[in-house]
Amino acid sequence: MKITLGAVVKGGTSLNYKTGSWRDQRPVLNIELCKACGVCESVCPDGAVHLVNEAYRIGYDYCKGCGLCAYECPADAIQMVAEEK
Amino acid sequence: MIAKEKSGEQELFVSGHRACHGCGMALSVGHILKATGKDVIVVTPTGCLETFTSPYGYSPWRVPWIHHLFENGPSIASGVAAALKAQGRIHVRVLVIGGDGATFDIGFGALSGMLERGDDVLYICVDNGAYMNTGGQRSGASPMYSSTTTDPAGKISPGKSQMKKDLPAIIAAHGAPYVATASVAYLKDLEKKVKKAMEYHGPRYIQIDTPCPSVWGFSPDRTLEIGRLGVQSGLIPIIEMQGGMLTNVLKIKKKIPVEEYLKSQKRFSHLFRDGQHQKEIEKIQALADINIQKYGLLKDVEDKR
Amino acid sequence: MQETEVLEGSEAVAFAVKACRPQVISAYPISPQTHIVEALARMIADGEMDSEYVRVESEFSAASVISGASAAGSRSYTASSSQGLLLMTEVLYASAGMRLPFVITGVNRAISVPISIQVDHQDTISLRDSGVIQFYVESSQEAYDTHIAAFKIAEDPGILLPVSVCMDGWILTHSYERVSFLEQEEVDRFLPPFKPKNFLDVNDPKSWGSYAEEDVLMEFKYSIHRAMQYGKERIKEIFSELATITGRDHGGLIEAYRTRDAEVILVAMGSMVGTIKEAIDKLRSQGQRVGLIKIRCYRPFPFEDILDNIKVAKVVAVMDANFSMGSEGALGMDLKAKLCGRRGAPLVLDCVAGLGGREVNEKRVLEIVERAREVEESGLPLDEPYWAGLRPEILPEGAENDRQGKIG
Repeated sequence: MKITLGAVVKGGTSLNYKTGSWRDQRPVLNIELCKACGVCESVCPDGAVHLVNEAYRIGYDYCKGCGLCAYECPADAIQMVAEEK
Repeated sequence: MIAKEKSGEQELFVSGHRACHGCGMALSVGHILKATGKDVIVVTPTGCLETFTSPYGYSPWRVPWIHHLFENGPSIASGVAAALKAQGRIHVRVLVIGGDGATFDIGFGALSGMLERGDDVLYICVDNGAYMNTGGQRSGASPMYSSTTTDPAGKISPGKSQMKKDLPAIIAAHGAPYVATASVAYLKDLEKKVKKAMEYHGPRYIQIDTPCPSVWGFSPDRTLEIGRLGVQSGLIPIIEMQGGMLTNVLKIKKKIPVEEYLKSQKRFSHLFRDGQHQKEIEKIQALADINIQKYGLLKDVEDKR
Repeated sequence: MQETEVLEGSEAVAFAVKACRPQVISAYPISPQTHIVEALARMIADGEMDSEYVRVESEFSAASVISGASAAGSRSYTASSSQGLLLMTEVLYASAGMRLPFVITGVNRAISVPISIQVDHQDTISLRDSGVIQFYVESSQEAYDTHIAAFKIAEDPGILLPVSVCMDGWILTHSYERVSFLEQEEVDRFLPPFKPKNFLDVNDPKSWGSYAEEDVLMEFKYSIHRAMQYGKERIKEIFSELATITGRDHGGLIEAYRTRDAEVILVAMGSMVGTIKEAIDKLRSQGQRVGLIKIRCYRPFPFEDILDNIKVAKVVAVMDANFSMGSEGALGMDLKAKLCGRRGAPLVLDCVAGLGGREVNEKRVLEIVERAREVEESGLPLDEPYWAGLRPEILPEGAENDRQGKIG
């Protein structure tokens, strides 16, 4: 890959860097308990939680496993479990 | 390419950035850009935000973004604003998002100049109270009696012995039309303030308390919780100033003693280690009480009591 | 027919800048630069010029404002001097790295301490490694013409680097000279509006100022050097394109003055060149084969052009109005580094001349030529540079044993 003029790069390219590999705790969402309030999406610093077909899903490509979603979830619908490496 | 389904509109700050686990700063940026919309140019001075969003070839910014140096965020922004004006690109606005080191310390002269000139820039300080990018050194924003690597608590020192610089007041004194503080613990309030700031022209300032799990020393799942404790103790007043006048505050729901906030973080742990620092804790409590009184942070009923 | 006026050098520069239609100008006062930005401010206040004029709180911000404006796609300009240029240092390195093509007038003045407003080249020479292209001029007319060329050179797609036009403080900025101006339409034809490929654009969001590591950083640095090297030919083309419009040819990267058969060649830049030319004419009339190379473009360093003109020279005497403490003057070092190991290369006599405003008059030039003849006879270089016009009698005790200016 050729270097760019003045090191100027295209925006949004960090999607090519999967921060999910940093994770040692995995948030697991119990869809039965989920009230779809959206707090998990709102508090995720890594933009890893999204509404897919009216249900929240955690995207493990980027989730670093910080646990903020689990801690903030008002319905206690997210559990942190150790990542199997 | 990654097939990502989105709950809302196209995100302007995307995944894949390299912030630490539970980073309050990274969290705030997504919400800031949600509030501004896409027609902004973002300037970020050197610091954590710059570092974790700029590895060559991997940018999470879906708005035009420029990092130049540490101490010139405001003047780069002034230059961008001047260019936009000269080119007639009036629908595009300029935003600085920078840390407290850049804002309170090294870029303060440039910030003062930008404010005094009245340039059309919204300056947002994502404040984590120390130089985190280099491992947590003391800044003008570090809170009193916090332990930092360049002002550590030790056998004869209780840590930083000075108060945090009251930057919102200093900025309001420049005549900035809109000055506010916010916290990642109150994201709706944060977004509302950014939206409001965008309605004004001229220099505007928002200072966001962005707890840092890595250096403050708490579990990364508690970023919002720590933010809430700071606000509910009165140490982090959430206020709005318009035209130099205090116009709005986020009332404290249930006042907590500062110990509860301090005990939650390693940077204050020395205050509780040997029972010798009651005086310092009292002084921090006094700072919180002054804030509560000065800004009227308690609900009216409690104020009167 | 070009309009001609007798006016201050600073004002001539301001007229050149105005003709180039910069969209953003930043200004911070420092002597002897201030008259330039004051003249521009007056033009804007009188509605004769349409630029955003940003009155900054420091030179650091002056350079930063035009960097931001340039990244946003506007042609931008500022001027500074001495301490102000040093304060800009970090910004200039960064902006060269980002390939931002703004223009700065570097009004030459000594560096503190002692604080002084006297002229020398220490300020801009201290920026020589930054990636900023540097021109030095001899007269107000050359300053006017070079500024107009400077924007075109900076914005050339193969170059894209900041350009600094360096001119001696007071001697050029504050003296009155006859200067001819181009018509606005001529300048507009020569210098079309700035339309960069990369700029801060909400419709095509890009990120500027990345963090890079050892896998690519060296290539970014090399790219700047390459742009400078490519620039050597392109600068000459642009200078001659302008010369056909103005009818004034100041030379390319250098001006070679009576060098063809010269045994002793002086190398200098800035306003002292006029005095040197007069001294050379005098020596020539006495039958001495002496010539001058005036450096117009210092960065990129025009070594090839210098070499072409010193082929028969025995001694090249470099007159540096700057000094790298503990070593030598910059021009001398540059030249010797390139000559080293070349068969038949002339000896180089390093002179410090004009440092701290010390006058460079005809007598001093003749002394330097005389010293060059001594070097030629001895066949040996100097131990230490020759500080022309140094007053050893006022130095503290012990200076009588210094090797300064001694041969062999």
